[in-house]
Amino acid sequence: MVFFQNLINALQWGSFYALIALGYSMVYSILMLFNFAHGDIFMVGAYIGFGVASALIALTAMGAFALPSWLILVLTIIFSMFLTSFVGMIVERVGYRPLRDAPRASAAITGLMIGIILETGNLALFGAQRVSFPSMINTVTYNMGGVFVTNKKIMIVVVSLLLATALHQFIRRTRYGMAMRAMAFDYVVVPLMGVPLNTMAAMTFALGSALAAAAGILFGVAYPVLDPYMGILIGWKAFVAAILGGRGSIVGATLAGFLLGFIEIFVAMIFPSTMRDLIAYSIVLLILVFRPHGFFGEAYSARLRL
Amino acid sequence: MEGTSEKLSPTSMLSKINIRAWVSRVPLLGWLIGALVAVGLEMAIGTPLARGLGLPKAPVLFGFVIMLKKPLLIPSAALYLLLIYLLPIGLIARFGSAALNRLAAKLADFSTVFSILLHLALLYLALHLWSGLSDYRVLVVKLTLIAVMVTLSLNVINGYMGEFSCSHPGFMALGAYAASAFTVSLFVNDKLFGAALLPAAIGPFFFPIALFLGGVTASIGAMIVAIPSFRTRGDYLAIISLAFMFIVKSLIENLEVVGGPRGLGSQPDWANLPTVFLTTVICIWIINNFVRSTLGKALNAVRDNEMAADAMTVNTRRTKFIAFLFAAFWAGVAGGLFAHVLRYVNPSTFGIQKLAEVLAMVYFGGLNSVYGAIVGATSISLLGEALRPLEIFKWIIIPLLLILVMIFRPTGLIAFKEFDVRKLIQPKD
Repeated sequence: MVFFQNLINALQWGSFYALIALGYSMVYSILMLFNFAHGDIFMVGAYIGFGVASALIALTAMGAFALPSWLILVLTIIFSMFLTSFVGMIVERVGYRPLRDAPRASAAITGLMIGIILETGNLALFGAQRVSFPSMINTVTYNMGGVFVTNKKIMIVVVSLLLATALHQFIRRTRYGMAMRAMAFDYVVVPLMGVPLNTMAAMTFALGSALAAAAGILFGVAYPVLDPYMGILIGWKAFVAAILGGRGSIVGATLAGFLLGFIEIFVAMIFPSTMRDLIAYSIVLLILVFRPHGFFGEAYSARLRL
Repeated sequence: MEGTSEKLSPTSMLSKINIRAWVSRVPLLGWLIGALVAVGLEMAIGTPLARGLGLPKAPVLFGFVIMLKKPLLIPSAALYLLLIYLLPIGLIARFGSAALNRLAAKLADFSTVFSILLHLALLYLALHLWSGLSDYRVLVVKLTLIAVMVTLSLNVINGYMGEFSCSHPGFMALGAYAASAFTVSLFVNDKLFGAALLPAAIGPFFFPIALFLGGVTASIGAMIVAIPSFRTRGDYLAIISLAFMFIVKSLIENLEVVGGPRGLGSQPDWANLPTVFLTTVICIWIINNFVRSTLGKALNAVRDNEMAADAMTVNTRRTKFIAFLFAAFWAGVAGGLFAHVLRYVNPSTFGIQKLAEVLAMVYFGGLNSVYGAIVGATSISLLGEALRPLEIFKWIIIPLLLILVMIFRPTGLIAFKEFDVRKLIQPKD
């Protein structure tokens, strides 16, 4: 019973990690760069979701229109994904495009610094007190043979799986997806074939940020307390998941996100919870020692710029 | 340059050229003596002058803090800065440069080692007198020197070796805890380790051993990162070292022997300014020699093209391994000093925040350069202190500055410059 209960929790945490890891993975596959501001984009997405949700709830309360609560949640997710994608594009424009030809590590530093600016800017705007995310749907708990499942948890897992599948289909089926795959294959020659590198890079950042925003809102639904530093730890952990999945692999990043969730939750189940990071990251380290390229990554090619 | 100087009037052009010319003719000796005189002046008349100018006390960090706190006092703080620092240094540089050049030449002829030691002594004296005015200055100087050590050692990996390592906070933590455990358990009566085993009087002689132990512990930790990660090149090290950093932090949090998440305190007060200064000088000296040695050049070859380096008989794996352990050693020593300067450490000090700080220092100053490490560490630490009155906006200004540096000079301010002490102390004539 405890096992299944933890399984549900692991699936929930895995959903957050997976959605964020997808953003890291996509940017890496196109530009061979890590977007270290991504964890903070997740945080910004959660705050934008907070703003959108509050606005929608206020409008409904004022009687501007009558929306059922689930529709408010859906609209919040859609609007916030749309708005946050612009944050991603701005980050790309400011921090990454000017450094296209610079050593890769320099771009990593600008990403890190943009992350700090986002955190501090948020702190300056909202102050140090935490913001509580409005609860849009009431929690309903189902008892499935002793395992307690809430509707929120189911919703989180389903939405994140849907988004990951949608992204996968987008990359496999559409023209833009094909351009992204081509770019991931060779970002030096493919632009010469008429695929606009800047547009593709901006689109990749926008897609990744939109997914991060979705993760932020789902996180807010599950743990309705937002603070400006919430993105740091979860972002870096998702980064580890992206690596574990194999850099640039969509399926890999999704699965590794869930795997990291499982490792963390089950380590905490067996060992004292203070040991969680210690053992979880030792396991990650071991996996990487034996599979340096992650689960779905291609063997490392010498396409390095530094 | 040509375009701008044409627009200037002849007189201003003349003075501009003159300033450039005489600044470039001043030897290092001139700047040091100027700094010494300025510091002496501050000791003698700093407080009365500050009072006379309407400042509450002598400005602690060149008046920047007071300028930001009370904009009304900007003119008097600027005047203080001019009278105490800029004017004496400028006058000595302007009118003493000929004599000092001759002196520097004589010194260089007499003995290079003596000349270097004299320069170091002057530098130390200036720092000592400057920081003698307040405890806050002492702390700032110590932490800046430690930051120089950490930055320099990370520069060996990220700059000279061209990898991206994230584990430096972890190495610092290992060094800090190992050194603290050594000194606290042997020389201090405390709750965690019980009574002191040795008399505290002989303790300071063991401090180098403690620091060395810290360094060695960090090196052993580095082996855990190095053994798996140098099989392939690229971003692999970044990930493994990141995971390592999480592991170290979590490990220390779980070790109740050293205090767990509450941290470890009551380190003996041995990390005084001379010790920190001396350790930093030794660190810079050894690392500079390391990167200029055959091994250091091999390291650069590995960075630029690993396959070619391999073909040129460089044992690439061994080279990377040694460099990584070497860098970790110095990070550990710096961590040990850090623990003894603050006399309290806890695991959360050595997290992502620290990582961002150290990386910022390395990339701000410049890759592959000892100058860069010194400049980066000093300017980011001093900037951090000077902008303190701005509170959180400090963390918008410093990152913005760094982004601008990255955009306009992607490898940092002073990258790829060789640090040659002999050249530095030469007369500039």
